[in-house]
Amino acid sequence: MSSTVSSTMSAALADDRMAQATQLQLTWWRFCRHKLALVSLGVVALFYLIAIFADFLAIADPHATDARRSYVPPQGIHLFDDGAFSPHVSGLKGMRDMKTFKLSYVPDPSRKLPITFFAHGYSYDLFGLIPTDRHILGIAGGQPVDGIFLLGTDQLGRDLFSRLMVATRISLVIGLAGVSLSLLLGVMLGGISGLYGGIVDTLIQRVIEVVRSIPTIPLWMGLAAALPNTWSVTQVYFAITIIISLVGWTELARVVRGRFLALREEDFVIAAELAGASQLRIILRHMLPSFASHVIAATSLALPAMIVSETSLSFLGLGLRPPAISWGILLQDAQNVQVLAGAPWLLCAAIPVILVILAFNFLGDGLRDAADPYG
Amino acid sequence: MNVLEVEGLTKHFPIRSGLLQRETGRIRAVQDVSFHIRRGETLALVGESGCGKTTVSRCILRALSPTSGAIRFSQADGTVTDLATLSRRALRPLRRHIQMIFQDPYASLNPRMLVGDIIAEPLLVNGVPAARREARVRELLDLVGLPATARTRFPHAFSGGQRQRVGIARALALDPRLVVADEPVSALDVSVQAQIINLLLDLQDRLGLSMLFVAHDLGVVRHVSDRVAVMYVGHIVEIAPTAELYTRPRHPYTEALLAAVPKPDPAQRDAIAAPSGEVADPANPPPGCAFHPRCPFAVPRCATEVPALRETTHGSWSACHRTNELTLQGVV
Repeated sequence: MSSTVSSTMSAALADDRMAQATQLQLTWWRFCRHKLALVSLGVVALFYLIAIFADFLAIADPHATDARRSYVPPQGIHLFDDGAFSPHVSGLKGMRDMKTFKLSYVPDPSRKLPITFFAHGYSYDLFGLIPTDRHILGIAGGQPVDGIFLLGTDQLGRDLFSRLMVATRISLVIGLAGVSLSLLLGVMLGGISGLYGGIVDTLIQRVIEVVRSIPTIPLWMGLAAALPNTWSVTQVYFAITIIISLVGWTELARVVRGRFLALREEDFVIAAELAGASQLRIILRHMLPSFASHVIAATSLALPAMIVSETSLSFLGLGLRPPAISWGILLQDAQNVQVLAGAPWLLCAAIPVILVILAFNFLGDGLRDAADPYG
Repeated sequence: MNVLEVEGLTKHFPIRSGLLQRETGRIRAVQDVSFHIRRGETLALVGESGCGKTTVSRCILRALSPTSGAIRFSQADGTVTDLATLSRRALRPLRRHIQMIFQDPYASLNPRMLVGDIIAEPLLVNGVPAARREARVRELLDLVGLPATARTRFPHAFSGGQRQRVGIARALALDPRLVVADEPVSALDVSVQAQIINLLLDLQDRLGLSMLFVAHDLGVVRHVSDRVAVMYVGHIVEIAPTAELYTRPRHPYTEALLAAVPKPDPAQRDAIAAPSGEVADPANPPPGCAFHPRCPFAVPRCATEVPALRETTHGSWSACHRTNELTLQGVV
């Protein structure tokens, strides 16, 4: 008896909760039902945390070269030493290959280098503001050639793991910056197109069609080739962002225009107009909230495209150029089959690319499904 | 006194085609329509879909601009304004006096706003102070038979009938002189239709509403309207007091429409066959009377001469050449 009462009461309460839920809450509840999207949200968050703390997570200076430790294979961390917890890595020892007479450095298990946490390393500015030299891991003592090479080193002896951390930041930020720029262009031009219609709409739509009909790789090649050689890394970085978003905005503009056109005819928009509401109020109060979720979903689907664009441009040598570090530049080292045969760990840089792209796509799918909780 | 006088209202939609979007034809959605609505009166506008009744209502609300004609609206202080020619800007202060009840109770309420905010919006944009708004929303919810707790809920928590009540409350928020109801019950279940009709009847009594009630179903119209105007392919073919139109229709099309109303008594069914053929294309209407290809009483004259809307008895108007010769069958 009492259980029936309490269950009807809880049903009534749940009903009340639904009835008073805001659009954001409904969207979130619906999004939570999409488990893959939820996991992807975690993955994406993790990657952006890496981007924020890239320098802290890097172990060695990503630009520091040392010819002696070129192509060192990935090294594991030994957690125990004679049964006692004492994390350490092995030192490196020079060995001459008697067939090729090539000198290479290989781990020497007899030399144990203890790992310290929050160690001092190269100096950097945390969040670009706080000068510090703390890093998550470091080794005490050892020779200059020694280090922790979790993912091995490249030809110039730079630690791949540290470079990957810094590359994550650049590749993710370039995607975000590119999407922001496309979003700005897309929402503005799409909004104008959908709101005013007529000749303006026709003009913008034709421009979009022309932009979309140009094959992207030759366009990027042309634009990237036009960048002066004398430009600094930062200037090239911004130029590449702009080039990528020049194509990206068209998709968003179409989404925004479509929503504007659909909403203009909606009864509740007409009702607001008949009540005497101003154009600005109708846009801000009735139209924008109705398509903001769609725009967010479209944006999260556009982000991976941006990241892939940057990666492929840099991979082809048209995007960022060394000494800048991005996923594309790391993969550039893995272009050569001979190098890959000897140092397959250089392909590691492809893993975060695939992970992030997949995560963003699932996230975008989940957001799109959740975007319209009334549908 | 007339709240609204519509005279010679015409609305054509251009058909554009080709690369240069040249006008290649016109859809004559509304053709020379005239009627008036008295203070406290409900006029029903009835016809099949595509006959132009929604276009007429949208023109009166100025959601569309009429091609020609006059829409004279008299305000409370007696000033008469022609809405047909006003600019958007000049129209805004007048908007509050003519409000609309929508057909689809799902599309007409913003799903992202609380019911209280939806009803308060017309008050808000017309500068009613917050404290007064709050009280008015409670009053309106009570008026349409919704609990006061509805204010803090979203539209998705309500059924179609309840949503329609919210829509009615919003339309009444500013005490409009004229309410245009565009098929307010046709999207609802039959049982709920009766509730909404009763609510509208109750509001007519209590507030003395003047209303233009657009519908395609003569069964619904009988209960709410004082007079009925029947439209066919952009023209008004008959306009008469409700009781008279139902018992003694003066136009063959009205008779056909009445015959289509479902009747509970099987003995009465199918006394008159539904008109054969298709509704005429408003882009290419037949010459003469638009109804003549489907009319069982058509004579050669009907195919050449457009019949004018003439008064038959006091207050009853019909646009049929043979209106005085025919004895048409209504419903009891």
